[in-house]
Amino acid sequence: MTAACPACAVAPMAQQVSTGAGLQFSLPTIHCAACIGKIERELNTLKGVNFARVNLSLKRLIVEGTVDPDRVLAALKDLGFEAYYLNQSDQGNKPDATGRALLTRMAVAGFAMMNVMLLSVAVWSGATDATRDLFHLISACISLPVITYSGQPFFQNAWSALRVRRLNMDVPISLAILLAAIMSLYESLNGGDHAYFDAALSLTFFLLIGRYLDHQTRSAARSAAKELTALEVHTTQRIKNGKLETIQATSVKVGDQIMVPTGAGVPVDGILLSESAFLDRSILTGESSASAINVNDTVSAGEINVGAPFELSATSVGENTSLRRMAALVDLAENGRNQYTTLADRAAQIYAPAVHLLALFAFLGWFLATGDFRLSLNIAIAVLIITCPCALGLAVPAVTTAAISRLFSLGFLVKHATALERMAEIDNIVFDKTGTLTQASLPSFSGFSADEKSIALTLAQASHHPLSRAVSNRLQTETAAPLSEIEEIPGKGVKAFWNGQPVRLGQGAWLNGQFDGLGLRIGRRPAKRIHFNETIREGVVDALRNFEIHSEILTGDAKEPAQRVADTLGLKVIAKATSTDKIEHLTALKQAGQHTLMVGDGLNDTAALAVAHASIAPSTALEASRNAADIVLLKDSFADLPTVLHVAKAARTLSKQNFAIAALYNCIAVPFALAGFATPLAAALAMSLSSITVILNSQRMRYL
Amino acid sequence: MNILVILIPVSLILGGVGLAAFLWTVRSDQYDDDQGNAARILLDD
Repeated sequence: MTAACPACAVAPMAQQVSTGAGLQFSLPTIHCAACIGKIERELNTLKGVNFARVNLSLKRLIVEGTVDPDRVLAALKDLGFEAYYLNQSDQGNKPDATGRALLTRMAVAGFAMMNVMLLSVAVWSGATDATRDLFHLISACISLPVITYSGQPFFQNAWSALRVRRLNMDVPISLAILLAAIMSLYESLNGGDHAYFDAALSLTFFLLIGRYLDHQTRSAARSAAKELTALEVHTTQRIKNGKLETIQATSVKVGDQIMVPTGAGVPVDGILLSESAFLDRSILTGESSASAINVNDTVSAGEINVGAPFELSATSVGENTSLRRMAALVDLAENGRNQYTTLADRAAQIYAPAVHLLALFAFLGWFLATGDFRLSLNIAIAVLIITCPCALGLAVPAVTTAAISRLFSLGFLVKHATALERMAEIDNIVFDKTGTLTQASLPSFSGFSADEKSIALTLAQASHHPLSRAVSNRLQTETAAPLSEIEEIPGKGVKAFWNGQPVRLGQGAWLNGQFDGLGLRIGRRPAKRIHFNETIREGVVDALRNFEIHSEILTGDAKEPAQRVADTLGLKVIAKATSTDKIEHLTALKQAGQHTLMVGDGLNDTAALAVAHASIAPSTALEASRNAADIVLLKDSFADLPTVLHVAKAARTLSKQNFAIAALYNCIAVPFALAGFATPLAAALAMSLSSITVILNSQRMRYL
Repeated sequence: MNILVILIPVSLILGGVGLAAFLWTVRSDQYDDDQGNAARILLDD
């Protein structure tokens, strides 16, 4: 008998799960060299692991070898790291092709720029006649193929903008690169004095740096967003011929009988087959208290089962579930957001015509004054090159890259390209309540005696039901009472004996109480209800104290719990808002000229998130809500929320400063160019100096 | 000035070697994890 490894003979599954391709794990908590060392050292000693490597930038682990993912997860948990297995099919294991292409283009442009610059220095220091022409020709031989290859990203963008008759930043950039190259070639062939090959190349090189930085931050955010989706459970339990089978949630058909275990989400819309069920609907409606339903009532996808396991018959699946229909609404609302004009585009709209007109006037002016066509064209092109689209092209990407990476290290995932710019304009905040400002409800034991608390603790510890676990977590500090004959009745509760009398923790009806929720009954005394109060999310109070903008709560929950939270936080509240109400409220604010930030997590917030001027969703939100939001908060705490607005504003200020710096260089350089004094040396200096100043100024983002 | 015929190709070839080395580092995934590489220098083994 041959097996791939000693363990494979014992565990045949191991052979199936490990096909040689790397297993990927997400490690959200790693942050330093010690974490990398610890994980890699430990995993390399694990049987069957050939190779383990941590990627700190993406917070991922790749393991190669014949090993069961569960064993790796267990090993990581023992080391004290939070870890999740990532499904390969969802992730796509391809290296980042676009990033590589940009990096290669940048390297080629950099190489060519340095060589041409060396040759240019010889020309600037006084090479004449044949030597100068030779140097110009060699420069041409290096530059032309390199510009054709490296400049492609700009040419493509410029072309796609021109085709729909619009101007973007890439139009003047492409024009400057191409004209400089063509004019220099013509001059070199005719033994002219000035060739701008080095300027054309350094323009390409500096701008590719900006493009690469921009791409790098976006791709980190994209891969983290994909990861969140991959972590969600996409399987469900179907009952077929009296047997349970696990299938993909997407392959459920109408009429199928689905079993929903305690604590799981409902995968499809359906009708309840079991006698009764207890559902947490907060993600759909915003209600904070769980609701009880009976046989033949409807159940919607996205609700969470907090009672006993129940069965349902599927009535609508796939794209037809209420969850998906809501997601489709979001796509409609998103269109409005894509029409937002970015700062860079606005700058391009002013800059491009101004520069092109200036060059045209320079040409006409010199042509009328001297009648020399070649001289006038040279001066016009010198104006185009020296106005330096370079610094303008770097002004925004260098700042946003620094800002986005600062926010990423604080746990904010900036998903939308224009999110920061819109965030900087915010003057009003609307919060959702359930799941956003508040977190899972905690049981309240005010009015319970010490004995009652300790009995409740022992009973709760005997069960894995989510409510029981909430109770035992809440009562951690109590001493557990000694109970005998503890027994869990599925779907009802837990019963036992204490000092000879029966004690029960469970559903109100089972305790002969007059309520739906959880209760405790001791002996013959009447059942006592255990109330669940929402807790305010960590950091919310701090965040609200630091906001200097008007904020309010807009919730789908009932008036009383909504008012309680609002009073605690000192905010205005609108309760019982359906998802249409939320959209209307936000649209009304928009029409009143307000720029609203929406912070929400539920399905009822999804459309509102898309309608708002900018939006944030916590990572616990529904996939649809996370997709609709501009920024996803990966941490639990809201304490850094004001920092997002601060960073966004600082980014806007720095971008504007960068434009001002670029404009200042232009104001100095343009008169020289117009007067015909611009040499390739002056162009090279202006270009490098302004680009470097802009990049350095952008780095201040880290400290603002 | 005849020395230029040798020196210019030499400088281009040397630059080309640098470019080739950089392209090799791109192909062999050395820019995929800049934060990790910065941290790894602190590891003993």
